[in-house]
Parts: sequence; C-alpha cells; structure tokens
Amino acid sequence: MRLSSKDLLGLEDIGAEEITFILETAKEMKKIVTSSMKRVNYLQGRSVVSLFYENSTRTRVSFELAAKYMGAQAVNVSVASSSVAKGETLIDTGKTLEAMGTDIVIIRHNQSGAPHLLARNINASVINAGDGMHEHPTQALLDMMTMQETFGTLEGLKVAIIGDIYHSRVARSNIIGLTKMGAQVQLFAPSTLMPVGIEHLGAKIFPTIKDAIYDCDVVMGLRVQLERQKKCLFPTTNEYCKFFGINPDNIKGAKKNALWMHPGPVNRGVEMTSTIIDADNSVINKQVTNGVAVRMALLYLLIGREEF
Amino acid sequence: MRMLIINGTVIQWDKIEKANVLIEEGTIVSTKAAPDTDADKIIDADGLYVLPGLIDAHCHLRDPGFEYKEDMVSGTKSAARGGFTSIACMPNTNPVVDNAAVVRYIIEKSKKEGYVNVFPIGAISKGLDGIELAEMGIMKEAGIVAVSDDGKPVMNSDVMKKALIYAAQFDLPVISHCEDLNLTDGGSMNEGLTSTVLGLRGIPASSEDVMVAREILLSEYTKIPVHIAHVSTKASVELIRQAKKRGIKVTAETCPHYFTLTEEACKNYNTNAKMNPPLRSREDLEAVIEGLKDDTIDMIATDHAPHHFDEKNVEFEKAANGIVGFETALALGYTKLVEPGHLSLPKLIEKMTVSPAKMLRIDKGTLERGKAADITIVDFDSEYTVDVSKFASKSKNSPFDGFKVKGKVMTTIVGGKIVYEKHEFFG
Repeated sequence: MRLSSKDLLGLEDIGAEEITFILETAKEMKKIVTSSMKRVNYLQGRSVVSLFYENSTRTRVSFELAAKYMGAQAVNVSVASSSVAKGETLIDTGKTLEAMGTDIVIIRHNQSGAPHLLARNINASVINAGDGMHEHPTQALLDMMTMQETFGTLEGLKVAIIGDIYHSRVARSNIIGLTKMGAQVQLFAPSTLMPVGIEHLGAKIFPTIKDAIYDCDVVMGLRVQLERQKKCLFPTTNEYCKFFGINPDNIKGAKKNALWMHPGPVNRGVEMTSTIIDADNSVINKQVTNGVAVRMALLYLLIGREEF
Repeated sequence: MRMLIINGTVIQWDKIEKANVLIEEGTIVSTKAAPDTDADKIIDADGLYVLPGLIDAHCHLRDPGFEYKEDMVSGTKSAARGGFTSIACMPNTNPVVDNAAVVRYIIEKSKKEGYVNVFPIGAISKGLDGIELAEMGIMKEAGIVAVSDDGKPVMNSDVMKKALIYAAQFDLPVISHCEDLNLTDGGSMNEGLTSTVLGLRGIPASSEDVMVAREILLSEYTKIPVHIAHVSTKASVELIRQAKKRGIKVTAETCPHYFTLTEEACKNYNTNAKMNPPLRSREDLEAVIEGLKDDTIDMIATDHAPHHFDEKNVEFEKAANGIVGFETALALGYTKLVEPGHLSLPKLIEKMTVSPAKMLRIDKGTLERGKAADITIVDFDSEYTVDVSKFASKSKNSPFDGFKVKGKVMTTIVGGKIVYEKHEFFG
C-alpha cells in the first residue's frame, strides 16, 4: 500500500485512515531508529533532496537521517548559497532538481502554499516540511505518534495547544490531524495571536490558560518569536510568560499522567518554564526520536521500493 | 457615411424599446429611424440589444512601462471585445502619470493605436508616494479626467484633504483607493476562515472601512465630492449608504468580482483570485449586491489589471494583485445581477454607462441625438463559456475561465466606426 497522493502537503488532504496507516508504519520504523544497526535498503537507489528556505536543525537533520537509514542518496540544498540567491524561481529550482533524478523534494518555505506550487509543477514527490503559517504535517504526525505511544489511542484525548496559534503551522496541522483522529483540541493564546475562524476547524477556544489545560491529557506549547512584540502582538516576554506561558502553577488542572510537549526550539522561561521542559512528564526528546520514524515511514510510503 | 442599426432592442438607462439607430458621420442622428432609411452600412440587430457603449471608470492599461502585461493596442482591443467604448486608465504606469508628458503620451498613443476612447487619470501625489501633490492643473490641461493614487492609498489624511480641495479647483474628481496599510499589515487575502486555513496573512475588512469613513468625513468637511473605488465590504457599503442619506457627495463603484466570487476562490492558493481589495466573505458579497440595488453603489468598474503568467505562477504572497476585467464584466453583470433579478437590464447598463460618465464628467453614455456614436451590440440570450485563451488582452489572469455566462458582445462601435465585430478588430 502507498499513499493516495504523490505528495504529502498537509494533513488537510489526507483522511484518518491514511494517518493511522502512516503511524502504524512509523511504529515499525522506530525499531530501526532505536536499534544499533540503523540500516535497511527500503530506499536503495532513491534520491532525496531537502530544499530548506528557512533555518532548521531538527526537521532537516531528521529527514536526512531518515533517508540515509533507509539507504537513499540524501542531499541538502542550502538556499543561501544556491541559485535561489541569484533570483531563481521556486518552480525553476524544483525542475532543476528533478532533472538531476531527484525522486522526492522535502521543502520548507516561509511562504504558505509554496510546496503546493512546487508539487503542481514537478513530477517528483514533494513533502511539506513546513510552509509559512500553513501546515507542518510531519510535526503533527510525530506529535500524534508520541501521544499514541503513551495512551494507545488518539480517540477521546484532550489536547491543549497553548501560545502563538496565529503564526503556527504546527498548531494548524495538529488541530486538523487530531480532530480527524477523534481527539479534542483546546486552544489558548493571547487574543492578538488567535487566528480568525480557527474554531471552525473543530478546536475549542478557552478564556484562560487554566481552563484550556483543565483535565487535559496533553499540553503542547508553541514557540513564540520574540520579535513579535515589536508588532504589538504582546508587550514583553515577561508579561507573555506570566499570562500565556506554561508553568507548574497553571498545569495543575491537567490529568496526573499528562504529557508536556513542544515542537522546539524552546524559548526557556517564555512559553514554557524549565521545570516543565525538564520534568518527567516532558516528552520533548521522544518527539524528536519519533520524528525520524515518522519521516522514514513517509519516505517509504511515497517513494519506497516495492520489493525488498 | 451613414450607418443604420435595425431591428435591435435599444436600451437606454431609463428605457428599453425596439428602435432603429441612424448614425451619420460618427454622430447619432436618430433612434427612431425608419427601417428602410437609406444607409451605406446596415447592421441587422435582430434578437440583439443595442446599448450606449460601455464606460469603465477604472482600468490599468500598463502602457507605458509594463507593456509585457498589456499595451495600448491589446488593452483597447480587450476593452472593445468587452463592449467598452470609453475607458479611464489609472496612473500607476512607469513612469507614473504625475506629469503632462506622460498624459500626452497616453492620449497621443491611444488616438494613433487605440481602438476605444482612452481617458487618462492623473496621480494625486508625485510618484504615487502620498506626500506631495502632483501637477493636477497642468495634467488637466493635457487631458486627464480625474486624479487617483489607485493601487496605493493616500495614507496621510491631511494630504488627502488638500488633494480634494486642490483638485476641486480644477474640476477634477478624486478617486480614492481606500486601504489602511497598517491594518493590511502585509496581508494577501481577506482575513477569515479561508486565510486561517491557508495560513495566509489576512487583510481585515476594516482596512477598507476606516478609509472609506475617512473619505466620507473629509468630503463632508470640505463639501467636495469624492469617489470610492472598488467597494468590497459590507461596512463600506453601509457607510456610503448613510453618507448619501446625509447628503454627502460621495459616489462609489464596485467590480464584477466582488459580486461574483468570495474569498473561497483563493483555496488551493489560486493566484488568479488574488486582488486588492481582496475577495471577501459571502456576507460582504451580498451587501455589495444590496448596495447596487439601492444605488448606494453607483457604478460597476472593471479594475482591469492584467499581469503576466509568470507574475501569477508563483507563491501566493508573491503573486501580483488583480485580474483581467474588460472581457467578462458585462456578462458577469448580466448573469449575476440581471438574471437573478437583482437589477433590471437598463439599471445594469446605467451603472456601466451614464453613472461612470457623470462621475468622470465626460459627455458619453447615452444614445441621444447629436452624441458621438459609441454603441455596443450584445446578445444576452445565448449562454457561452468564458475562455481566457480567446482574450484579446495580452494577459490571461482571470478566475472566470470556464464560467458559463450570458451577455456576448457582438459589435462595438466607437465614434460611428465598427472597431470590433464577430471576433475581429478593425483599427
């Protein structure tokens, strides 16, 4: 079985059945990641190019390792030193990579919809590794995998997502994915950082952080970019931490075995205090491990060899 | 040269009747001519409608400076194919129309190469920068009919107030592109559920509304008329409605896309649905139609804004704003407003002829005896499919490709001369 589309552009485009299938496949892949012999040949002879228009450590390295663990040729294009800096369009860059025999392009871009534009214009597969404020489907998949590992299911889970929802592609993909899987998403953000109409995606908006977190199975923090304060979205990091940050006081209402999650990188002491980040309930590093497994699953399901 | 148009249904803004139109030396001589009147050329308009040539108060011809998008020839052909005989073009060319030389260039080129009457609109401010006034008086002498910084708002309220006062002295209408750039804040589509789902920065309706309110208040204070370009929101319609009730001399236009499409057309990052102001919500669309019905919105303009394929085949936020407008405007007006019963056919024609002529203060828009014979002959009965590849415009950026509509322009006559007939142009 393969995915129904040649690309993975967002969780909006795939159903619960495919999400379940990806997560099941990732479970198998995780055995490889955590073994001492991290090498299979599912992608032998395939080439994987990551094209990152934004900075990234974990997503880029995670994809690269995922490809290499499965025997693919993996190349990173550093946009700053590429033809993009000479004004080449995204479509032209994509076609150039394709002409070199690339089977799949992993793209991160600051413009929402850029992966869709690329996918429409090349025959190679495209995975969205985060586009603007739109979606970050592999992050949401690894988050869901992490929740499922602990709770066995996503159905009926209460997941609080706290912070800068407006700019967050992680939040959008999680809201869409978790809702499709039967979880309930509860949101809290500074009102300046709550996007219009988000409740129509099935999430609930709460008036205080404590209300949003109450009785939750998962509390997910989001990175807030510190420069947002210059755009009048919040006054200071101090005030942000006090009213919108996740700290030991306001998570008291969560379930006893609740998980603390964060897509990283974290601003310690702003959106999440260190006591939370380093607590036993924190699964931030587990998320990273699962990220490799989820990306292996996707690469395999999109361009893996039929026989091995 | 005598031309006779027989058997047609003649629509004037106030009436609709079977009549024969006689033209002599480019001038309308009679709308009650006998069908057997002697003529050099007879057009049989049986089953067709004969209208005053359409007038567009708002278009972008891209000449000079952006001829790869459109030029005088292709732009006026596109207008003729859409049934427009007079068009007023916005000054955001390169160089900007903020001096008499560019005005003269446009007028001379349109006379030499154009297929329809072209009326340039001059800039309000030098370079469209919104800081210092452009030479409105000298440009008026050279032939501009109005001033506008369209594409950009005049952000400084004091500059706008002075522009109104100064333009009035030269009898120039002021057309305002209402947008508060601070509220727009880098947005690329309407702020709402669709922008949230697509992860695109939203432009709130209030970005338009606060500037419409400002223009109304400045007009009230200075007692000088102001014309609001491309109205797209419910609150703007309501502000204009109340202003008119209070006797403030405000006029307004909307464009076919604002009564035809909503923000949902942007789904899948469809850059052909990207324009400024952006496509709004269903509620806004309905309010625009209500505004057209009760004459809060006086006229329909095209905001014809051609762009090259490469400028649209990019990331949504990078894509250029605007769509090709001439060649679908009348058909959308008929299909979306007249057929569902929102407007009578004469009312639609009034909003595309008499109303823009009155605002621009040009002697056009009727088929009265003695007027220049600018006439459009239309088939409103047969349905057809919009095909952008057939556009006369150099650009094909339209969200209406494949739309089924009624209202096909058969013949366009400018000053008694046929410029477009049966898919052919006559220069």
